Amino acid sequence: MAAPTDPTVTGPAVVVTLPGVLRRLFPGSVRRVELRAATVAEAIDDLDARWPGMRDRICDSTPAIRRHMNVFVDGERAALDAPLREGSAVVVLTAVSGG
Amino acid sequence: MSTRVLLLIGTKKGAFIFESDDARHRWSMRGPYCETWPINHVAGDPATGTIWAGGGNEWFGPAVWRTDDLGASWSHSSDGLAYAAGEEPIKAVWSLAPAPRPGAPLYAGVQPAGLFRSDDAGSTWRHVSGLRDHPTRPDWQPGGGGLILHSLVRHPEDERQLWVAISTAGVFHSADGGETWEPRNRGTRADFLPEGQNYPEFGQCVHCLAMAPGMPDRLYQQNHCGMYRSDDGGRQWHSIEAGLPSSFGFPAAVHPRDPDTLYLLPLNGDTAGRTVPDGKAAVWRTRDGGKTWRDLRHGLPQGNVFFGVLRQAMATDRLDPAGVYFGSSSGSLYASADEGEGWTCIAEHLPTILSVETLVLDR
Repeated sequence: MAAPTDPTVTGPAVVVTLPGVLRRLFPGSVRRVELRAATVAEAIDDLDARWPGMRDRICDSTPAIRRHMNVFVDGERAALDAPLREGSAVVVLTAVSGG
Repeated sequence: MSTRVLLLIGTKKGAFIFESDDARHRWSMRGPYCETWPINHVAGDPATGTIWAGGGNEWFGPAVWRTDDLGASWSHSSDGLAYAAGEEPIKAVWSLAPAPRPGAPLYAGVQPAGLFRSDDAGSTWRHVSGLRDHPTRPDWQPGGGGLILHSLVRHPEDERQLWVAISTAGVFHSADGGETWEPRNRGTRADFLPEGQNYPEFGQCVHCLAMAPGMPDRLYQQNHCGMYRSDDGGRQWHSIEAGLPSSFGFPAAVHPRDPDTLYLLPLNGDTAGRTVPDGKAAVWRTRDGGKTWRDLRHGLPQGNVFFGVLRQAMATDRLDPAGVYFGSSSGSLYASADEGEGWTCIAEHLPTILSVETLVLDR
């Protein structure tokens, strides 16, 4: 598990889980990431700081979570502006897609 | 010094590399690369050996992949490869044009149609916004493959000049490095428009654009509606389809040295299945700039063939005699080491082949 890298960042402490197919694109990335973030967008900002480019894989330039990606917060599908609370479980998943 | 001949293959399920020596008789294959993303185009820099692969994944969006060790390791980037917030996001990269000389940019064409440049070999990208600022852009219509910028042609000496081809917007030319553009479609038909409107300023369904070697003013264009040649940089086009079995096809590949030699793979027509005519595969070649055509079939399957060949899926190499290559929608890869006279199937059962390019390295 990766721990928060910047102790000055405030916000609820949450755990983000990344899918294997995303981790394969970013050597060194891990399945479970502990970080502090007040929204899904902030959590993705943190991921992008750790593994540059990861935001572009989860979000498009609208900006929005990509059509075939899903982010769940405590079991509920969430948008970028969804708030996080202390202990939230943020799960990034690929949706059913492809051919 | 030995010669390594590489075929760079983009498919619906990743990139592949085939390799041979200058005899081009025996080929080895490696791949799939790029995490099996759909890869629309793979192109290499003969000076450095760097290879880029452009595509887009339904989950993760567009990116340009890069390898500096001929496929052993890859990285990807889409840093800067984006339109402004609120615009329709980029779905995929469709075409790549490596720098012809050190210091020149790498270009990428994308879907929905637009042009990007990288001045650091693909690490970061910058929008060449002049193309999408063109006043005709609101009227560009997507073709069957989407609104894609699939052909990038650069002037060999004048870095400011480039041509792009967009389905379905037509051919555009810039003389100032991409700041301003003009449509260059005069003489090409749009049979899908009402009678009397068949020669518009833009909106033609160009399928492939290629420049003759050593003659920057000579362009060839396979169009949805005809086969054309221009001798003035695309200002005026002339039909060269007489003698072909069909005016419909996707790819066009120029000879590495002879500006009068061109290879096509005509298909049976836009409403007839878009497969090879009469169920028999053939490459068609002109040696006189399109005045006459000859079919080349030796070694190609001549019965029950129902594949097509897509717009970027035919290429030549720079050796003498020139090699010619094409990949089919059914995942077969064919090669000729003698300018198309004889053909060999060097791979079957690949994913749908979207693009074929060559990279010849002396090392």
